Amino acid sequence: MDTFITGKIDVKHVSIYYGKFRAVKDVTISIPDHKITALIGPSGCGKSTLLRSLNRMNDLIPSSHIEGSITFHGMDIYERSVDPVEVRRHIGMVFQKPNPFPRSIYENVAWGARINGFQQRLGHPSLDEWVEICLIKAALWDEVKDKLRSSGLSLSGGQQQRLCIARAIATRPEVILMDEPASALDPIATLRIEELMRELAAEFTIVVVTHNMQQAARVSDYTAFLTMDHDRSGILVEHGNTPQIFTNPVDSRTEGYITGRFG
Amino acid sequence: MIPSQTKLIDEKVTSQLLKKRNRLGERFIESTLVFCGFISIFITLGIVFELGKEALPFFSSTDFKLIKFLTGTTWQPQIKLFGVLPLVMATLTTTVIALLIAIPFGIGIAIYLSEYASVKLRSTIKPTLEILAGIPTVVYGYFALSFVTPFLRVLFGKDVVEIYNTASAGIVMGILILPLIASMSEDALAAVPRSLREAAYGLGATKIETTYRVVIPAAISGLAAAIIVGISRAIGETMIVALAAGAGPKFTFNPFQGAETMTGHIVRVSGGDLSYDSIDYNSLFGISLLLFFMTLSLNMLSQWVVRKLSEVK
Repeated sequence: MDTFITGKIDVKHVSIYYGKFRAVKDVTISIPDHKITALIGPSGCGKSTLLRSLNRMNDLIPSSHIEGSITFHGMDIYERSVDPVEVRRHIGMVFQKPNPFPRSIYENVAWGARINGFQQRLGHPSLDEWVEICLIKAALWDEVKDKLRSSGLSLSGGQQQRLCIARAIATRPEVILMDEPASALDPIATLRIEELMRELAAEFTIVVVTHNMQQAARVSDYTAFLTMDHDRSGILVEHGNTPQIFTNPVDSRTEGYITGRFG
Repeated sequence: MIPSQTKLIDEKVTSQLLKKRNRLGERFIESTLVFCGFISIFITLGIVFELGKEALPFFSSTDFKLIKFLTGTTWQPQIKLFGVLPLVMATLTTTVIALLIAIPFGIGIAIYLSEYASVKLRSTIKPTLEILAGIPTVVYGYFALSFVTPFLRVLFGKDVVEIYNTASAGIVMGILILPLIASMSEDALAAVPRSLREAAYGLGATKIETTYRVVIPAAISGLAAAIIVGISRAIGETMIVALAAGAGPKFTFNPFQGAETMTGHIVRVSGGDLSYDSIDYNSLFGISLLLFFMTLSLNMLSQWVVRKLSEVK
């Protein structure tokens, strides 16, 4: 089943626990570079938990712990010597609900760049230029260029989410994790986010969690299907090329899910 | 559309269908709640009226001059010297000392509790703070007199620190308002949505960066409100200063000397034999009114500050 040799991120035999409850069970998956990998599956199958383990966001939940290994550039990100802050600087995240800081649009984008030690250097963009570049990349520039000083919260939901994407790419990550980035948005805003993801895939590796199968089919290169096992922990059923998963799944559970028989 | 249902409603019923109902119970509850809402306004107006009525003879007396009242440095009602500055100065001294203690420690406690403390530690520290808040102020007063003052006298020398001094009263007042500021600040920090913290962590922010550059700025209006409530409380606090700060208005900038605050003076003088309608008696209401306006303007300032700070930077 594992068709990729090594990916940008390699997840090997990972189980994730919240206290005694095992939310994710023995998942092995490889995230290929410069591609979009979609994690799909029914509610509670652990897809968000798995996503959040990729940049150690689960560390913020005191009761959680992880078994197995997740390597990034061949380095186990859960090793003792690894600083989770550095992990997150390379593997950024966009959340389900748009969460811009209650500051200006400009400050939202500049913030991430600044804490990552953005310095003006000769031949490199200034902070103003960098904010503009990131907003252009996030397909938001034309809508906000005349109101950079107004609050990020004054934007619409879809614009706020694109602002969060601009903020994430301003820190120059290699990987962007997206946790249901469009589930709080209307269909048109969703479409714009999907188009944006396709554009960003040229530069970044993207892992997206979605419960929207059409979205996974439209946007992703690879799809991983997770489901709940009998003990309610999430397992990876299969993963592979998106067209193959959607047209010719190997496992009957995948077929059942994508044809809408359950989930 | 279910045909059988539409058939059941004939014209007579339709006219009744959407008719306004008389909901007596709801109207009763609503008017009760309106009354409750206005109680605070009635009480405030009543207090202002009473203060004003009693203070009026003082302000209209021939011995009273506003300039002298506000700038005079001697308060000797017996010889008709009504300079309120000694009392105001003592109030400001104790308040500033109290805030120097309460703001850094109070906000420090709040940040620790909301951002750093484990669930277990938090469940020990919070109730302890609440106990601290429940101690009667008279106990704090004696704590100042019997512990803090002797301690200060050992530390700085008996010839420097008087038995009654504003420093001791201020320090203990700081301890008194500490739980108030800590608890309000903690509420403000805890109210910052988790999603904002996650946003910061997701961008590779450290804990310090998240706390100081996201959480605190997002809670700043609540923190400012906590501080200003603390200031109001310190200005109005009476028992500690009456016991420990000293008796007798004295104009001094030295916190190791005894001095009488506005509230302390009112308490001491009204506790003695004072005839009604004497100018001494009415002067107390003058002080009270000034005190009232000080806290009122502070509250207005706080609302202005909170509004300013909540605006986008």
